[in-house]
Amino acid sequence: MRRDDNTIGDCAVAHTETSDTTTRRDFLYIATGAVGAVGAAAMAWPFISQLQPDASVLALSTTEVDLSPIAEGQIVTVQWRGKPIFISHRTPAEIKSAVDTPLSDLKDPQPDSARVKAGKDQWLVVIGICTHLGCVPLGHQGQYNGWFCPCHGSVYDTSGRIRQGPAPLNLELPPYAFTTDTKIVIG
Amino acid sequence: MEGHSTYQPKGKVAQWFESRLPIVGLIHSSAIAYPVPKNLNYMWTFGAILSFMLVCQIVSGVVLAMHYVAYAPVSFARVEHIMRDVNYGWLIRYIHANGASMFFIAVYIHIFRGMYYGSYKAPREVLWILGVIIYLLMMATAFMGYVLPWGQMSFWGATVITNLFSAIPWVGNTIVQWLWGGYSVGDPTLNRFFSLHYLLPFMIAGVVGLHIWALHHVGQNNPDGVDIKSVAKDTVPFTPYATIKDTFAMVVFLIFFSWFIFYIPNYLGHSDNYIPANPLSTPAHIVPEWYFLPFYAILRSIPDKLGGVLAMFAAIAVLAFLPWLDTSKVRSAKYRPLFRQFFWVFAVVAVLLGYMGSQPAEGGALIVSRILTAYYFIHFLVILPLLGLFERPKPVPASIADAVLAKSKGGAVVVAGAAGPETK
Repeated sequence: MRRDDNTIGDCAVAHTETSDTTTRRDFLYIATGAVGAVGAAAMAWPFISQLQPDASVLALSTTEVDLSPIAEGQIVTVQWRGKPIFISHRTPAEIKSAVDTPLSDLKDPQPDSARVKAGKDQWLVVIGICTHLGCVPLGHQGQYNGWFCPCHGSVYDTSGRIRQGPAPLNLELPPYAFTTDTKIVIG
Repeated sequence: MEGHSTYQPKGKVAQWFESRLPIVGLIHSSAIAYPVPKNLNYMWTFGAILSFMLVCQIVSGVVLAMHYVAYAPVSFARVEHIMRDVNYGWLIRYIHANGASMFFIAVYIHIFRGMYYGSYKAPREVLWILGVIIYLLMMATAFMGYVLPWGQMSFWGATVITNLFSAIPWVGNTIVQWLWGGYSVGDPTLNRFFSLHYLLPFMIAGVVGLHIWALHHVGQNNPDGVDIKSVAKDTVPFTPYATIKDTFAMVVFLIFFSWFIFYIPNYLGHSDNYIPANPLSTPAHIVPEWYFLPFYAILRSIPDKLGGVLAMFAAIAVLAFLPWLDTSKVRSAKYRPLFRQFFWVFAVVAVLLGYMGSQPAEGGALIVSRILTAYYFIHFLVILPLLGLFERPKPVPASIADAVLAKSKGGAVVVAGAAGPETK
């Protein structure tokens, strides 16, 4: 605090001329600075918030899919929030191989029943993004006839579980629900 | 004005850095130790306000460009998308749109301050001309920005302004097609305007750098228009005196700015610009943004296409010659009794020209516009040169310190904004 400044305003500081006591001026400096800081932060927020998904993006956050045209053994890719979603209409053989796999064989142990809706185990719905570095795996490929990621060679089984390669986790499950027997809403 | 910067880096690292890139010393000498005339009034805070507005426009504009699309079929809808969908998009767009007006309010005050106090006179001619260049770049930027929402006023404003160039003999139409990138204002025009609207502010920032460099080289003018004789007696250091005063003025200005943003965000715009551009129908009464109105009035007052365009550009170009048109050796209007009266007449004429620009160009309004246009040029080309020869200025104080001391002896109203420590 500059001593000579204290005398300009002269109102309440006449009694103190030493720089180590708290003056009215000190208080005003800190109070003004605090108000300024709050104002700057309040102004910064809109400029940060505008980068977040806007209302038109949020409006696209659910996708409805009609399952009836998907034949048994077919994998269909739909888009949800800009991401590929694999919908696999599994054959009894594919279901069986997924169910029969012992959990001890799995890198990210999860039973097939935890990856499908109860009573709808012919339908596997997973996010089609490799859990390694985000590529889209190819369907009906790889040693387990599930998915194979061409980028770095991760292999997934018919339940979308990671079996070989660098990916650490099973293909992620999107939130979805059956609205009728042949219709799902993702998101 | 060399600031006699006393900057000495303290630490070893700071010394090492300073001897390789003396940027901290540059900041110290131009924003901390820089000597500021102690008699400056609040008119001298508009330089800082303008710098702030430039940053404000660039920051809000860069954000808007993240959400905008320059493509004629969608641009109008994209602006509405910004207003309705983007988080705080309404706020950022209103900051940007009203910010342009605030920028011009500040620049007009800044220009008129320079005229009143003779800030364009030697040795500040180059400083002044750089200012005129900034003003021209601002006008180009504002014009192209107004085209981007692609409403009716955008489209027809762009059509009218680009058609100004068709007045050029022989090559006019070729030039206009070149500006448009087509046979009418259209998508190519919109795209190039968006590109240039993004580019020009950075050119403004560059010229502002030169403007401040020139200012700091010759030193600030001041209300008494006398040179700094003694840094110790006539000046105070930029920090804290000018820093705090500029900040305070900026806060007051921001309150004014916020009133527009939050209460009357569309007051300065034209409602027709909320109608999508229609190349087949011109609005009944098209007007430019308020800051162009005086020049628009001059354009319309000349009953000849080429003549009107030349008069309009001449009205701006004449500013660059001001340092040589004003023949008086005395800078400040404070000591020029006749000039002071003519200055205010000119200021009123400029405002009236603006009003005339907003009115339909017919009947009495047209005649008034013509008289005002004539006076505008007479002020620069006849009155200013002659005043310097015939006017008898009042005695000018020997120094800034003398002027300040005379004032503080004179009366009770002393401390004002420019209070220096000697008034204690």
